[in-house]
Amino acid sequence: MKGYKIIVLAKQVPDTRNVGKDAMKADGTVNRAALPAIFNPEDLNALEQALRIKDSFPGTTITILTMGPGRAAEIIREGMFRGADDGILLTDRAFAGSDTLATSYALAQALKKIKHVDMIIAGRQAIDGDTAQVGPQVAEKLGLPQVTYVEEIKEISGKKVIMKRRLERGIEIVSCPMPLVITVNGSASACRARNAKLLMKYKHAKTVSELQNSNEDYTHLYNDRPYLNIQEWTVSDIESNPEELGLSGSPTKVKTVENVVLQAKEAKVISPDDNDIDQLMKELIVNHTIG
Amino acid sequence: MDSVFVYCEIEEGRVAEVSQELLTKGKSLAGELNCKLESVAIGSRLDGIEKDVFPYGVDVLYIADDPRLYPYCTLPHTSIIVKLFKEQKPQVALLGASSIGRDLGPRVSSALHSGLTADCTSLVIGGHEDKKQGKVYEKLLYQIRPAFGGNIIATIVNPECRPQMATVREGVMKKKIFDPEYKGKVVKLDVPKYVSDTDFAVEIIERHIEESKVNIKTAPIIVAGGYGMGSKENFKLLYDLAEVLGGEVGASRAAVDAGFVEHERQIGQTGVTVRPKLYIACGISGQIQHRAGMQESAQVIAINTDPDAPINSVADYVITGDVSEIIPKMIKYYKKNTK
Repeated sequence: MKGYKIIVLAKQVPDTRNVGKDAMKADGTVNRAALPAIFNPEDLNALEQALRIKDSFPGTTITILTMGPGRAAEIIREGMFRGADDGILLTDRAFAGSDTLATSYALAQALKKIKHVDMIIAGRQAIDGDTAQVGPQVAEKLGLPQVTYVEEIKEISGKKVIMKRRLERGIEIVSCPMPLVITVNGSASACRARNAKLLMKYKHAKTVSELQNSNEDYTHLYNDRPYLNIQEWTVSDIESNPEELGLSGSPTKVKTVENVVLQAKEAKVISPDDNDIDQLMKELIVNHTIG
Repeated sequence: MDSVFVYCEIEEGRVAEVSQELLTKGKSLAGELNCKLESVAIGSRLDGIEKDVFPYGVDVLYIADDPRLYPYCTLPHTSIIVKLFKEQKPQVALLGASSIGRDLGPRVSSALHSGLTADCTSLVIGGHEDKKQGKVYEKLLYQIRPAFGGNIIATIVNPECRPQMATVREGVMKKKIFDPEYKGKVVKLDVPKYVSDTDFAVEIIERHIEESKVNIKTAPIIVAGGYGMGSKENFKLLYDLAEVLGGEVGASRAAVDAGFVEHERQIGQTGVTVRPKLYIACGISGQIQHRAGMQESAQVIAINTDPDAPINSVADYVITGDVSEIIPKMIKYYKKNTK
């Protein structure tokens, strides 16, 4: 049994769930430096589904593909600490300003370079945009079927995958032939923790750019242990039409961005004392809001 | 040509609520754009479905009726919409931001290279100037949505690509019959010309869809809890108050993500939009995405330990204190002074 070849699509995102008061600059732009960068939560759910396949089918390989700035290599390492085999960082100024469509084009062009892929697994959506578009857009560009909102991969036999989908008002069990694109819902099992041995093995894994910026000379290390090299692809490593990349490849344009300014309406301030609460309830009953 | 197009989601032979809301919004946009409102229904045994659609003022309804087209599957529905859009060239296309619309919309936008904005909270027609290109556009669709953790409100436009696509959550737009007697034209699509056998790669083995048990959208009173409630157990207090007042329990996204309460109770941009008579927000800080889903409530009571919580900006009454002490007092007074 030679296992399956799985690509996990992942994104490094600002942690928008913990936005502090310094998240916005005075000029109304986002202060990215004030937000910690994390592995997009649902992409971790996706990674776990891939790891489970690897557990059941020895010989399976998992490659993390991410597009982003240089520091996004952090999530590739994070994935390796949890059991991914390797990773590819797609990074280039040419990708800057991409909307979901230009992003999916770049990812699809990168995926076309990787041969014999059985499954592409991604999180349903990323928390910085919540669009849930990139997975299906990649599937369309590759001409592959997609199964979205997957909560559990129930069975794999040969080239057929049976999955449970979590919909707004219920569930579906579906079957789909490989190759396919799967997007995983946040209700799926949480990702396993880092593995201590893998952490030791991969903690020095780096991209070429990271190596160049590092002061120490590890050349011998990287020659002896090729698994420590995180592949870094720029626009010249994929076949692409420049007009479909970055800003020019993005049909959607941000016309305006308004910083949210709270205009407080006149609220009655009520103390938690018994009398005040009674008074409030009385008022609501009298004006027929309740009762 | 240049119509406003609404994808009609079908569930159990009926037009989904969110699609009816979008038909209503589509009609008003078509009025401003001075164009036709068109729609498409894809499914099985759709005889008479036009009776549910025309009263919203639909001029043309395309129907693709085939036993293989229900329940919804991504590929055949995508193929039909993509070919239909290539033929009809609508300028605007609206889909529900539902399990179906969020699966279908990106697929279609990818095939047509048209821009798609997810989870819009407002759609408006307006002009746009691209200073770099020196181009002026009249009457584009402004797709407005909170972004980036709710710290910003973004207005998105698609100047060049058509259709301008947007998804909208259920409850954001209000549904309203345009004219009960309105008569449009039915166009039946020859399904085999639109789908191929390879479109049926995904097979649905089992399907359990439940009628939504909770109906927070129409509840007159909503007691909603946030992350500040601290635990699933503490939410019980909210159920107690809701039961006493004859209301429903809602929640913020943070509370849902933390597992305190099920997703169907989520209120806000990525949940349901509600407009109750009374909204009691308990332990909810009130990010813009949450406020977007409840700020049209007639009256709002905010109970929070943080006197500067953003939720207070949309509240009529602000109580700064501990929910677990305040709610029992409310229940006690209400029980004593009614009936």
